[in-house]
Amino acid sequence: MTMIDTTRPAVRTATAAPIGAARLIGAGTGPDLQSHLARLGPLPTGPLRAAALITMTEAVGLAGRGGGGFPTSRKIAGIAASRRSSVLVINACEGDPTAMKDAMVIGRSPHLVLDGAITVAQAIGAGRVVLASHRGSDSARFLADALLERGSAAKRMKVVTVPARFVASEASSLVNYLNNGDARPSGRLAPIWESGVDARPTMVLNAETVSHIGLLARFGADWFRSVGSIDEPGTALVTVNGAVRRPGVVEVANGTSIGDILRLAGSAPAGWALIGGLAGRWADLATIADVPFTTAALRSNGLTKGVASISVIGEGGCVLNQAARVLDYLAAASAGQCGPCMFGLPAIAADMRALMKGDSAALDRLRRRLPVVKGRGGCAHPDGAVAFAASTLGVLTGPESGHLRRHLAAGPCPERGSDIPLVKVGH
Amino acid sequence: MNSTLIWYISRATGVVAMLLFTAVMVLGMATAGRAGGGALPRAGVLRLHRYVSLLATAFITVHIATAILDTYVNIRLIDVFVPFGAGYSPFWVGLAAIVVDLMLAIGITSALRRHLSEFAWRAVHLSAYALWPMAVLHGWGTGGGDASATWMIAIDIACIAAVTVAAIGWRLRARTHPDTAARLEGDLRHARETIGAHS
Amino acid sequence: MAKQLALIVDPIGCRAHGLCAQELPEAIVLDEWGYPILAAGPIPPHLLRRAKTAAAACPVLALKLTRAG
Repeated sequence: MTMIDTTRPAVRTATAAPIGAARLIGAGTGPDLQSHLARLGPLPTGPLRAAALITMTEAVGLAGRGGGGFPTSRKIAGIAASRRSSVLVINACEGDPTAMKDAMVIGRSPHLVLDGAITVAQAIGAGRVVLASHRGSDSARFLADALLERGSAAKRMKVVTVPARFVASEASSLVNYLNNGDARPSGRLAPIWESGVDARPTMVLNAETVSHIGLLARFGADWFRSVGSIDEPGTALVTVNGAVRRPGVVEVANGTSIGDILRLAGSAPAGWALIGGLAGRWADLATIADVPFTTAALRSNGLTKGVASISVIGEGGCVLNQAARVLDYLAAASAGQCGPCMFGLPAIAADMRALMKGDSAALDRLRRRLPVVKGRGGCAHPDGAVAFAASTLGVLTGPESGHLRRHLAAGPCPERGSDIPLVKVGH
Repeated sequence: MNSTLIWYISRATGVVAMLLFTAVMVLGMATAGRAGGGALPRAGVLRLHRYVSLLATAFITVHIATAILDTYVNIRLIDVFVPFGAGYSPFWVGLAAIVVDLMLAIGITSALRRHLSEFAWRAVHLSAYALWPMAVLHGWGTGGGDASATWMIAIDIACIAAVTVAAIGWRLRARTHPDTAARLEGDLRHARETIGAHS
Repeated sequence: MAKQLALIVDPIGCRAHGLCAQELPEAIVLDEWGYPILAAGPIPPHLLRRAKTAAAACPVLALKLTRAG
């Protein structure tokens, strides 16, 4: 299993189902429509009905790949139940700067994303499909080019670019933006699956999620389950960045261990890494190297899959300094609509920075403030920041308590590790 | 009943209603301007604002009823709601009709607030800033001899001063609250765009 | 048999006026920035009337009563 498979297999019929883990990326063929059809063949004629799609996605346990991990079958069932014409939004924004997997599948296999979107749209009776991407991003361009290739077949699908801000790609933000030009979350009191874009039931699906559906619709559940683990069949895209020899995106069979993923990136699992994105959890790679990178296994180890990114800070990296950077970013990214977020996050970020500089009282302030901020915003943004900060405190008062004592005695330490990325690549 | 008594009741309740309306304005600006705390908590300020407005409505009702009943002036029921058609002092009574219309609008929209948009409720409620000066002017215009009496002028000045001080001290200062400042900053960082703008 | 109601606040609408906490201190406290922290669960029957007063006291109607559970 290599990082990027650029070799052509010895024997392959024109429309064979992908073998092994090279499903979404790594086929070595071009992103254009012709190569796409040559590799995978067309979508089956006769659209998949909602019931069939729900059964299939449930049979393979497909869960959202945008960070929420919500069972896709339930999402589809919820919206298919409505008799009204719905709207499908494909989230191709990938707002988390540690993740590049959606950009990768869009760049390599944009037509697979479109196939998945078409499959879902037909199943749920969506009158409109929006492909949402950050303004000026490569993804926006690739998707627009792919739509052009489709011509009139894709007439109800459109690329819409949204402001390149962290909270702009939250599900209700996308809906709010499409309705009002306001790229901020609209709150949890009026769910978008009841009233979303144009007041119609709206479903937002991640780009990687629908690309899996594009393959599932062609080759079926049994094929999908032929790779991966029993509790989590199929493959997943994982972004590895930071202090590794070959940073980038890998596609692995679900159940591959964290250590094996690191080795694909050319490094041994060692040192601290942030797993799951900016709202993720810290992990000492050496101690969890054998843990499979699945939702269940990560959860039982106190971690989260999130946006499936692993940011290694490496030798000499300081968890506290990185946490202060990340929290500053998350605080500045707030939509500024809810008190506990717009005041709580900057306070928590300031506390973490103060702790880094040696202020011991900051630890108590953090312990007091984290549970107060949690759950009291209009979206999950403050919750993610709080969970990340709590993970940081857990590390600093546990395995890294010696390092914390040094900060409290002597202030900031000389940082020599890799920074958690806070700027998106490809924008 | 003695006609003069009815007339006096009408004029007296008119003055009291103006005092009460002034209090309602001041209490309303205190609520919006986040004043209160200490002796009277903000929840108390709001309760007073609502109670006094009901009291003012009661006094206005008596003021209007007696004005209609009184035979000295020719004011019909319709003149209470449709301005500038009264036989007596059409302009100044007409102002009062506008005041009544706005008062009803404010009262009804406040009672049904949960069923209205925030914008609709606020737009109607803010017409109080037009309502109150018209009420004061109506009082001055229909006051006749009393309007130039020293005590009446003193009351008028006190009311105008109270509303002015409240406006400057509280209502205009509301902008400095941290929540307001933080939201303004958030609005700037996430500036709204025209819908459908895409590359 | 009586319907259970719970307090919820619309965090986007809330402007930290704080009147709710003054009307119902048994179930609402303010955080250090002036925003309400609500007691979870259904409102006890003896507080129901005051909870409705608290919701009516909110100058921006951010505090609401909703069906619990």
